[in-house]
Amino acid sequence: MLNTYVVYVENKPGVLTRVASLFRRRAFNIDSLTVGRTEKPEVSRMTITAEADHDQARRIEANLYKLVNVLLVENITNQPAIVRDLAMIKVAATHEARSHVLELASVFRARVVDVAPDSLTIEITGAEDKIDGLLEVLRPYGVLEMVRTGIVAMRRGKGSVPVSASDNSDRDGAEEDVSHSV
Amino acid sequence: MPEKTVPMKNMTGASILWECLEREGVKVVFGYPGGAILPAYDALKGSKIHHILVRHEQGATHMADGFARASGQVGVAVATSGPGATNMVTGIATAMLDSSPIVCITGQVGSKLIGSDAFQETDITGVTLPITKHNYLVTHASEVARTVREAFYVARSGRPGPVLIDITKDAQQTTCEFDWEAAKPQLPGYRPDLSPESKEYEQALELIHNSKRPVILAGHGIIISGAMAEVREFAEKAGIPVALTLLGLGAFPASHPLNLGMMGMHGEAWVNHTIQEADLLLAFGMRFDDRVTGNLKTYAANAKKIHIEIDPAEINKNVKVDVPLVGDLREVLHELLPKVETIDRSEWLDSIDKLKGDAAVRDIQNLPDSGHLYAAHVINDLWRETRDGETVVVTDVGQHQMWEAQYYKHEKARSLITSGGLGTMGFALPAAIGAKVARPEADVWVVVGDGGFQMTLCELATIVQEKLKVNIAIINNGFLGMVRQWQEFFYERNYAATPLLNPDFAKLGEAYGIRSMTVTGRSQVVPAVQAARQHDGPVLINFRVEQEDTVYPMVAAGASLHEMIRRPSKIVETAEDE
Repeated sequence: MLNTYVVYVENKPGVLTRVASLFRRRAFNIDSLTVGRTEKPEVSRMTITAEADHDQARRIEANLYKLVNVLLVENITNQPAIVRDLAMIKVAATHEARSHVLELASVFRARVVDVAPDSLTIEITGAEDKIDGLLEVLRPYGVLEMVRTGIVAMRRGKGSVPVSASDNSDRDGAEEDVSHSV
Repeated sequence: MPEKTVPMKNMTGASILWECLEREGVKVVFGYPGGAILPAYDALKGSKIHHILVRHEQGATHMADGFARASGQVGVAVATSGPGATNMVTGIATAMLDSSPIVCITGQVGSKLIGSDAFQETDITGVTLPITKHNYLVTHASEVARTVREAFYVARSGRPGPVLIDITKDAQQTTCEFDWEAAKPQLPGYRPDLSPESKEYEQALELIHNSKRPVILAGHGIIISGAMAEVREFAEKAGIPVALTLLGLGAFPASHPLNLGMMGMHGEAWVNHTIQEADLLLAFGMRFDDRVTGNLKTYAANAKKIHIEIDPAEINKNVKVDVPLVGDLREVLHELLPKVETIDRSEWLDSIDKLKGDAAVRDIQNLPDSGHLYAAHVINDLWRETRDGETVVVTDVGQHQMWEAQYYKHEKARSLITSGGLGTMGFALPAAIGAKVARPEADVWVVVGDGGFQMTLCELATIVQEKLKVNIAIINNGFLGMVRQWQEFFYERNYAATPLLNPDFAKLGEAYGIRSMTVTGRSQVVPAVQAARQHDGPVLINFRVEQEDTVYPMVAAGASLHEMIRRPSKIVETAEDE
């Protein structure tokens, strides 16, 4: 089963390597990984999808927590969440095909971001299956090039996650009292 | 806390390094100098720390490891960049697999040269990423203090492990204001102090009280947690027998009536049978390594499992457990102890006694002196001669290690130091140096095979230079014995690359200035051990033992735990006839 994790990490050099290396070393099967900034400059946020059964999914979480730079791990697989992928698709679009491609793009609420004499580049954002759907109908016209970002995800609702990379700056590390259960 | 210094004192990164090590309680480091770490060595003269010069950086890491395992304190190893750092890799991996707290400090090329393939540049933080608990690259003097404090905290807390600090040459040379108080660890994501929920305690107690055939599986975590007294109280109160892992030996007294002995691949037959017949396993600070479980599909198939373990990532890793109690073992047992009921389990204990069967008859050490010297004789005599004192035995890896585990009866924690998880040949000699430095009053014995001894024998010079009283027992059978044993069982006695043509180890020892002797008969063992103990300086004894002896019982890799290859009674009879 495909699990989706949201992982908050300290924004420090080498942290991405530590996370990626963990998946490789423990032979966990990583499907996609995206990383970017958050509302806090000292915190980066990763969305990781990985194929794992129930026990393995828990061990992935526990192993992520073992990385000193990992602040918080949430497995949002079974939680209401907004999941988005972004793709740019360059389609062969000669004179006669052009209007068909434009029509399909508009049905999928995708945007045309580049027009060339014999091709169109379409940008689409959405859940992965929506993008897969567009891709399928465009394929007969000839997909010349495609790039996808991998998914980013966020839980629905107003609840935010209290994460800070500096919330214990006034305390001794030895007196850390944060606890979690896996 | 150390006394307050004048705040905002200007110091070089190198001086800050030693100052911080002192404040972390370090009195001795094991190291080897070189270009990129020279500024730190230059600043050593102003420090109270004693530096022990090793002969190879791998030795430095094993010494730090041995120091840590003998004392429970963090051991420190120092090396230069490039080859100095890469030579540490084996020792770091050894410490990682056995949860040993060490801090390794390596020099690195100047920060402006990083990435340029400069002379002796290696990306050692990249290399050691998967074999350290955490590691650091320090490129500014101002980062040294906080990094050292964090490294020690991470190394010793939670499930301990190795931490590496790579410090660029310019970070050692440049100066900055030193303020210990301000350099507090900042580890917002690090949570070493988990504890179970009350519901989980109740579930565990219910399983314990309902079980008829429980066994405690006692691991290294008992020693790391310092829970020896609690485990003993628990076992006695609940009337539960205790089986030990290799690294757990000493965590529960060998002479205790509830002690079963070692489990696993070379565990005693009755211990493995007991585990297979149990209806409840209580895993205390152990991780169900493949060397103790055998085939997982048939492992303790009828037993419920309670796993008390500080590392959540170990839960359900190899063996699916019914109740995990994630936390420090000592604290968890403090919670459980008042609530555990005393139950009469004499029926279960009697049935285990019956399992012992003819084990004593098959025991090589019970045979009369046939003129053959077996390793079991050596270990057994060594035990009898040294059992009353404070003795630390440090073993290498292989047959002699298993014989030590079977025949040396360890009563106290930290009296056996051995490489379990990684199985590192060459570990014993340097680790014993670390153990002796940590506990100078202890009688430290190296028990090492002729193969492993030659991997790190250069450290004999370190023993002599540091005037350390370390006794070395080489169990010399002229083979890479354990590999030969596998070839005997599983490769049709094709002894490919296992016979060893050895030097005269006694002469070699003498060349280093170490009093040395060779023992070939059983009657010579006790006098040799006594002579070694009475001699002021280090002693090396070359025990020429039976060449093709085999460690029994043996659970073949992948076999079920109860399917053991036993010492054939024919061999026993033959030996009796001679």
